[in-house]
Parts: sequence; C-alpha cells; structure tokens
Amino acid sequence: MISVENVSKNFVLHNQGGTTIPVMAGASLHVAKGECVALVGASGAGKSTLMRMIYGNYLTAAGRIMVGDVDVAQAAPREVIALRRRTLGYVSQFLRVVPRVPTLDVVAEPLLLTGTGQEQARAQAAELLARLNIPERLWGLSPTTFSGGEQQRVNIARGFAFAYPALLLDEPTASLDPTNRAVVLGMIKEAKARGAAIIGIFHDHAARDDICDRQVDVTRFTPGLAA
Amino acid sequence: MTPLLQVENLAKFYGARIGCTDVSFDLYPGEVMGIVGESGSGKSTLLNCLAGHLPPDRGAVRFDTRTDGLRDTVTMSEPERRMLGRTDWAFVHQHARDGLRMNVSAGGNVGERLMAVNARHYGDIRSSAIDWLGRVEITADRIDDRPTAFSGGMQQRLQIARNLVTGPRLVFMDEPTGGLDVSVQARLLDLLRGLVRDMGLSAIIVTHDLAVVRLLADRLMVMKDGHVVETGLTDQVLDDPQHGYTQLLVSSVLQV
Repeated sequence: MISVENVSKNFVLHNQGGTTIPVMAGASLHVAKGECVALVGASGAGKSTLMRMIYGNYLTAAGRIMVGDVDVAQAAPREVIALRRRTLGYVSQFLRVVPRVPTLDVVAEPLLLTGTGQEQARAQAAELLARLNIPERLWGLSPTTFSGGEQQRVNIARGFAFAYPALLLDEPTASLDPTNRAVVLGMIKEAKARGAAIIGIFHDHAARDDICDRQVDVTRFTPGLAA
Repeated sequence: MTPLLQVENLAKFYGARIGCTDVSFDLYPGEVMGIVGESGSGKSTLLNCLAGHLPPDRGAVRFDTRTDGLRDTVTMSEPERRMLGRTDWAFVHQHARDGLRMNVSAGGNVGERLMAVNARHYGDIRSSAIDWLGRVEITADRIDDRPTAFSGGMQQRLQIARNLVTGPRLVFMDEPTGGLDVSVQARLLDLLRGLVRDMGLSAIIVTHDLAVVRLLADRLMVMKDGHVVETGLTDQVLDDPQHGYTQLLVSSVLQV
C-alpha cells in the first residue's frame, strides 16, 4: 500500500549562507495492507522527515513514494489533496484547528469532507470522543483550550474518524494516561484488522512492540550517519 | 476534469514597472488557492486582472462558463464579463465599504445581487436575504438597518452574504480578514471554510497573513516583485519552503 523507493532529500537554507543539509539518501520501505511498521532511530535521524515526505508535507528530491497508485513525490497539489482526503490519514503531534470551532465539529470534519451527512458525521464523532474519554461537557468547546493529553486525543479522534486505507502516526500515545493509551492501541489494532497500512513513530517501546510487525531504522538512510 | 479557471502567461505593467508577470496556473472546482507576498508584490494587481477589474497587458484568463465551456474573459465582451461578475463570480473586498452600498439596508444589499439576475418576487428576495443573513450570523431583526449601523466584522459578513447569495462558483477575496479583531477573524474563517465545503466553491484569496492561508487554502502561490517565486500545497510551501524569499517570509512570523 505504501512504498518508498530510493528517496533522498536536502534542506537548502538560502538565508543562512546557502547551507545545504543532506537529511536523507537511499531511503526504501514497503508497507503492505494490514501491516504496521515502526520507524526507529535517534532523535534527529529523520523519522518525522520521512513521515512528512510520505504525507507530501515535505518535498522529495529524488525517488518514488507510492501511496496506493499515486506517486506523492511527483503528484500535483490537487492529487495530494484528494489522496489525503480519502486514502492517507495523518495523526501529528500537534493539533492545528480554526480557533473557536467546537471539538465535535473538529472531529466530524474529515467525515463531512468525504460526503457523510451532518448528523451522521456528528454521531460518529461523538462516539469517538466518548471512547477516548473526552467528557461530553467539553464537546461544544474549542480544543485550543484543552490540556495536552486532551488535545492529543482530539487529534487522534479526528485522525481515525474516516477509515483511511493508509495511516501515518507520529507519537500517538505520548502524553496519554494508561487507560487512554490502551484505548488508542485498541483503535490502531482495529485499523490494522480492517486492512490499513500503518507507519508509526513510537517512543513508547511497549506500545511499539505490542502493535508493530516490523521496525525500520532510519539511521541507515541518514547521510553521514550510516555505519 | 476541466479546470474552472485557467491562467496563462498573465502580465500587467504600469508603464515600465511590473505589476505582475508570467503568471500561469489552473484552479479546479472546489479548490482554494492563497496568494501571499509583501505589499507591492503584485498580488492585488493579479487578483484584479483575474476578476476582470483591470485589463491585463498579456496573457489569457479562461473560465469554464456554464454554457460554452472555457472562454477567455480577457477578450470577451464587456457585457459578458459583467454578467459573469454578477453570477458565477464574487469579489470580496478588503474594505467592506467598497463592496457594499452603504446607504441601502442590509436586506437591500443582499437583494440587489438577486435582482441583478432577474429575481423579481419581493417575498422570495426577502426570505433569501434573511436566510443568508442568518448563515453569516446576522440576526433577522437587523435586516432593515443600513451597513453604516454595523460593526466592521458585521459589514464584512454582510459583504460575504451579498456576494454568495447568487451561488457563485468562484470567489475572489482580497484580504478578507484584514483589519478585523482576531475573535471576529476566527469566526469568519470558520464560516468561509464551511461555505467552501458545503457549496463546493472555488476561491482565490489574497492575504499577507500566513496563518489565514494555512487554515483556508489548499494551495499557495508566493509572489515577489511581480513574479511568482514558489507554488505548491499550502502546508508544504509553509513547512518546507524552497525559495529564499519564502524561507524568509515563513521564518519572520512572530510566535504567539
């Protein structure tokens, strides 16, 4: 479902003397349907960079990144938008929303964008929020005022609202208490069971060993770091 | 899929000075494109050329008309262009005063656009006006008040209602949230997102506020000195800017 082939990337800092920083070279990785792969490596090795390249958030200098039948490295913006709408979900570490929009609507939005009716979308959003133990009295408030752990759970609810065939998870269990961590792990397992291809970054090693089928060490893709 | 708007090699000069030049892009139905750049970069010139308010010196602006498919709006006749301006296009000005009739009631402002497309039944016009005022969160009891009695944020929402009542397919916006309180701005952003999602609108938004484009636009075009220096997916351009100027622009944003 997700196939990264010989991908490389540099950052060029034009305003800092044109410094070129090679951050990735020769990265390759394949994830089948129903499989969960963990990206591992020290901080700064390029785990998040690779994940952002797969999402189309960072440009790719060379190589192919196939998600379904779209090459993200070459795709036009509207193709990436369509891909993100129906195929590729991403749970980032940070929640980014329009201020003052109620939590329930934030979570329902991915469903509304894919054609689910208003009522149905809200019902599903409510179900997810309840499952993630967000108290109902908070649903009508904007998540911008929530605690870190609550924001993260809202972010997860939003990321899991639509059943994407491919999912990218950046530290989904960081800053969660044991109860909610178990809920999130359960949701990831369900996504695997329905056939989603998942790539995750987990600093929580117990969680990683629990749900991931394989690990890929990105250090071997880091120029100058590879052994 | 046919693009809704196809722009090819558009250029506008003010004497020897460049307004904007070598601009080409396609906009598809349902897409929102942001244009950013510092003042004087040519973004408003470009928007006005696209919307038929300024005649470009070179290039083509083709719009997918309902009857004849793609037509070049630069070479079409003035009445045809004006017809588009009242039906399929909408233009939201930075200053609501430029887009409203200040001495006509709120309901009249919305109704006028409807009458321009041959709505004649008073009851229908008034009920559409009330419906649209409601969608932009202006209560029905303000329908007979003039915009002069409205706050800046309400005027801006009224301008949006007036523009969208005829169900346009393409909306041009020039700094739609400029000069508004942040609290009003947030509500307006949510409103615009909802309208784009529910009505399948396409929009071109000129702004210098990177936070606004991040939340509203799918795609981004960065302009400097009349030239397009970078284009791409909005979050990609903001998170992984390639051009030196875009890097400078992104790194100059103050953190709250």
